[in-house]
Amino acid sequence: MHRRVLVLFAHPAIRRSRVNRVLLEAARGVEGVTVHDLYDHYPDFAVDPDREQALLLEHDAIVAQHPLFWYSAPALLKEWQDLVLEHGWAYGRNGHKLDGKLWMQAVTAGGGERAYSPDGLNRWSVEEMLRPFEATANLCRMVWQPPFVLHGAHVVSASDVEAAAEAYRARLSALRDGSPVRAVAG
Amino acid sequence: MAADGFLVESATYLAAAVASVPIAQRLGLGSVLGYLVAGVVVGPSVLGLVNAGEDVMHVAEFGVVMMLFLVGLELQPSRLWQMRGAVFGLGGLQVGLSAVMIAAVAWLAGQAAGPSLAIGLILAMSSTAIVLQALAEKGLLKSPPGEATFSVLLFQDIAVIPILAVIPLLGASGAPVEAHAAPTLMDDMPGWLAALAVILAVVLIGVVGRLVLRPVLDFMATSRMREIFTATALLLVASAALLTQAVGLSPALGAFLAGVVLADSEYRHEIETDLEPFKGLLLGLFFISVGASISLPLVMENPLLLAAIVFGVVAIKAAVLYPVARMARLGHTDSALMAIALSQIGEFAFVLLSFAGQNRVLDAGTGSLLTAAVALSMLTTPVLLIVFEKLTHGRTDAPDDREPDTIEERNQVIIAGFGRVGQIVGRILIGRGIKVTVLEHDAEQLEALRRFGFKLYYGDARRHDLLHAAGAEEASVLVVATDEKDTTAAIIEMARRNFPHLKIVARAFDRPHAYDLEALGADAVVRETFAGSVELGVETLQALGVPAFESARIGRIFRRHDLETMALLRTMRGTADRDAYGLAFRERREMLEGVLRRDFQTVHDVEDAGWDSESLREEVRRAT
Repeated sequence: MHRRVLVLFAHPAIRRSRVNRVLLEAARGVEGVTVHDLYDHYPDFAVDPDREQALLLEHDAIVAQHPLFWYSAPALLKEWQDLVLEHGWAYGRNGHKLDGKLWMQAVTAGGGERAYSPDGLNRWSVEEMLRPFEATANLCRMVWQPPFVLHGAHVVSASDVEAAAEAYRARLSALRDGSPVRAVAG
Repeated sequence: MAADGFLVESATYLAAAVASVPIAQRLGLGSVLGYLVAGVVVGPSVLGLVNAGEDVMHVAEFGVVMMLFLVGLELQPSRLWQMRGAVFGLGGLQVGLSAVMIAAVAWLAGQAAGPSLAIGLILAMSSTAIVLQALAEKGLLKSPPGEATFSVLLFQDIAVIPILAVIPLLGASGAPVEAHAAPTLMDDMPGWLAALAVILAVVLIGVVGRLVLRPVLDFMATSRMREIFTATALLLVASAALLTQAVGLSPALGAFLAGVVLADSEYRHEIETDLEPFKGLLLGLFFISVGASISLPLVMENPLLLAAIVFGVVAIKAAVLYPVARMARLGHTDSALMAIALSQIGEFAFVLLSFAGQNRVLDAGTGSLLTAAVALSMLTTPVLLIVFEKLTHGRTDAPDDREPDTIEERNQVIIAGFGRVGQIVGRILIGRGIKVTVLEHDAEQLEALRRFGFKLYYGDARRHDLLHAAGAEEASVLVVATDEKDTTAAIIEMARRNFPHLKIVARAFDRPHAYDLEALGADAVVRETFAGSVELGVETLQALGVPAFESARIGRIFRRHDLETMALLRTMRGTADRDAYGLAFRERREMLEGVLRRDFQTVHDVEDAGWDSESLREEVRRAT
């Protein structure tokens, strides 16, 4: 069975992005993937919960693609979470609409991998920074997928970006076709 | 020439009114006393400029008719039905007790039993014109004592019919000679048919008012000829009055019923404001002619007797009314007010006295003496009310039986002008479940809206009374969304003056207009083209390929800059003279150019640096 994949893209200044723009194009090229540019749809931040929920129901795997801003997502993705993931719909005793869907984070981090290590500038790994999203997926009974992370977005060369785009395409295709990766506790 | 005579007479009446009423008002005596005194002065007894002919009196009585029509307009049919107890209870007691007591005095004074009863019934009547005018001037018409007083007056209007029927039977001779004051359709009808005719007339007014009048008024309003609308309203009053008169009812009662029928129509305020001046002038004419009818020679001949009659009657009526008012659970002060208000003898007495004279119930001497007493008693009420006010310092009993306003009712928004702009405001509010009252002068707009739960008033929002009627006292916000610059300014100026508690949100044409409206007291001013134009700019940026969020953000930043510009210019405008303002404007324009230039860089380089990693990249590069 093919999963229908939804990419929630959040970047407030796409024209100044080096990597995310390329990754987004890559995602657009993958069959069965719907790209949903949040900042393009909601320039006024007036997220429409009904519409977003309908979109979620139409898909089996959700990918949140964004640059890492202050160890989190750009503001509109947070707004999206606050408004769309309603109690009684996404979570809670009667909130089962998202049960079993896959959730994956696709982030670009400015610093290199070393900067996201216990003795690095940022002290924690990107995976650790993404814990709030993991917890969110968990509460909504979605299946957390290991994130797609591009390190050193500030310094990568054009060929590195191309390689990352290829890898991203592969991750999305796997998400679409493969068996889900069960998160392993620990 | 007759026309000349008419002009001279009109000029005399108007001059008397213009000269005396403002003086009376200034002295705190109220307009009624002013008119009455003016009438005495120009009347045959003093200057002899006019003779209070029957014709003038007849025209003037139409003022009373219109007054009752207007009172009816204020009274919803359901409210009238609620009042039925007060009308028949209070009214019946007042008329019955007053008539019996006055009749007893007349009988003791030597009149025969029949004529005594006739005198009692006639003098029990109070003056609708004087009472309503005086209460309206003091703003007491809708207070509990005001409503109780009105109930009594309403009963008197109804009671005239049986009294007219009874008087011929009270003659000393017992044989009626000439049966009727005015010829009616029912002269030759048997009683049951007459009763049927009365019921038919009332039903006719109700049915025609409900089914026919609204489309007619709709049509007249859309024709946009103001004077035709006014003429329609006048015709309406006249027809209702004629119809009831034809079946033997008082014409004022018919007009009153027509008013009640139209009380829940959205044209009611327009009709009200249209007829108000006519009513006022005709009532003034009525009071003047009452004043002119007072025959000073007659007063001079019998000063003591007349004084005894006037004060006796006033005292008896007040003494009867006070306990009646207390029975209606009014407080001491309110009861005293009601007793004084209704203590005079009314204009119906003129008609009834001449009717009694024609039927030889009363002899000519008694008739003219009583007629003078009626007019003199009308003089006492304004004076007594002044004394009453001085004694009570204008305070009335605290209302105790009125329901408190609900929060919902207080949270109302009034939108003046329901065109392109007002409609959007209204839709947003209605969508949030907020109660909206709409004032609109374009009847075609109203027609489409009636169905959607808006409370609608047809009329000119510049009029203070319309805003008042629309509930401005209880509303919290007034949105002025009218199209015309001057209209908007006039509404804001009037609303600020009369309803200081209102928050006023206004639609301005442009920047200078916005400043004007702020100066007039608007709390929030929005330039009508501003937001739309910013949106156009944003769309243009998007059309050029600028991403949606970035375009929107540029629009928002521009908006903020422009509002800052507004604020800066406002302070300059307020403090500096015109010239400095002009200079400041030039400066500001140059500044704006600078601001725009900076805007460009701002959005690209400075403001959104948080999303830009160029400098960070540089640092990372250097570190590695």
